[in-house]
Amino acid sequence: MENKQETPLKKVCIICAKGTIEDVYATLVLGNGAVMEGIEAKLFFTFFGLDAITKKQMNKLHTATVGNPAMRMPGGLPFPSIMGMLPGVEAGVSAMMKKEMDKLDIPPVDEFLDMITAGGGEIYACKLAMDMFKLEKEDLSEHVKDVLTVGDFYGMCGGENTQIIFT
Amino acid sequence: MATKTFAGVSIEVSAEGYMMDASQWTKEIGTEIAKEEGIELTDKHFELIDFIRNKVNNGETLTIRGIGKSGIVDIKGFYQLFPGAPLKKATKISGVPKPASCI
Repeated sequence: MENKQETPLKKVCIICAKGTIEDVYATLVLGNGAVMEGIEAKLFFTFFGLDAITKKQMNKLHTATVGNPAMRMPGGLPFPSIMGMLPGVEAGVSAMMKKEMDKLDIPPVDEFLDMITAGGGEIYACKLAMDMFKLEKEDLSEHVKDVLTVGDFYGMCGGENTQIIFT
Repeated sequence: MATKTFAGVSIEVSAEGYMMDASQWTKEIGTEIAKEEGIELTDKHFELIDFIRNKVNNGETLTIRGIGKSGIVDIKGFYQLFPGAPLKKATKISGVPKPASCI
C-alpha cells in the first residue's frame, strides 16, 4: 500500500547566485516566507548574488531589459530588445518595478534582510566569490553572519526535512 | 469545518482552527485559543490583537512589515510575542481569518 504520510519542512538553505531584482527577491521572499512559517532559513549569496548583501549595491539592483523575453510594456505590449539597450531604460524599468513592489508592502533589500534576521533567518556570503570580486567583510551588510566556504555551507544543510533551493 | 468550545461559547472554526465569524471573538476566547498555542497573553499581546482586528475589519492586508510599522512592536518583538509562525498564530488568536500574505 502507498504510504503518503508527509512530515513538515524544517529547514531551507537557499542559494542566490544572481543579482537581478527578480533573482534576489525570489531568494528574499522564500527566505522570509520560511521564517514566517517557523521554518529555519539560511540564505547563501554567491557570485553576482553578492550584490544583494553588499552595502553599496543592495538597494540599487536592476532587472535586465535586454535578453529578457518575458519583459513587456505595462499593458502587455511587446518590449523590443533594442529599446532595452537605450541608456536609462533599464534604470527606469527597475525603478518602476520597485515602486510596484512597494505598493504590495515588499520592502527594499536592506529592510528585507532586517525582517529575515529579526525572525531568526541567517545570511551568509560565499568566500570564493568575495575573493573573486575583491570584497571584504566590511563591504557587506551587517546582517551577514559569516563568510563561508561551500563546505561550511553544506555543513549547515544537514538534518531531517531540510531542502536546498537554488534560485 | 469544525465546532470548538472556547470560554463556554461554541465557535465554528476552519480545519486549521481559525474562527469563521470574527464578530464572535472576545478577550476570553482569544486567551483560550492562545493557551492552545502555548502563549500566555499580556497587555502587549492585546494591544497587537486590537491592531490586527482593526486592520482586518478595514479590509487591509496584514503583513509582517505592516506589524513592524504599527508602533506597538518591532518585527523581532513580534516574533518573540508569537514564537514560531507569528502572523499565523497572531491572527488565529485574534479570531480573524488566516492571512493570505507572502510577506
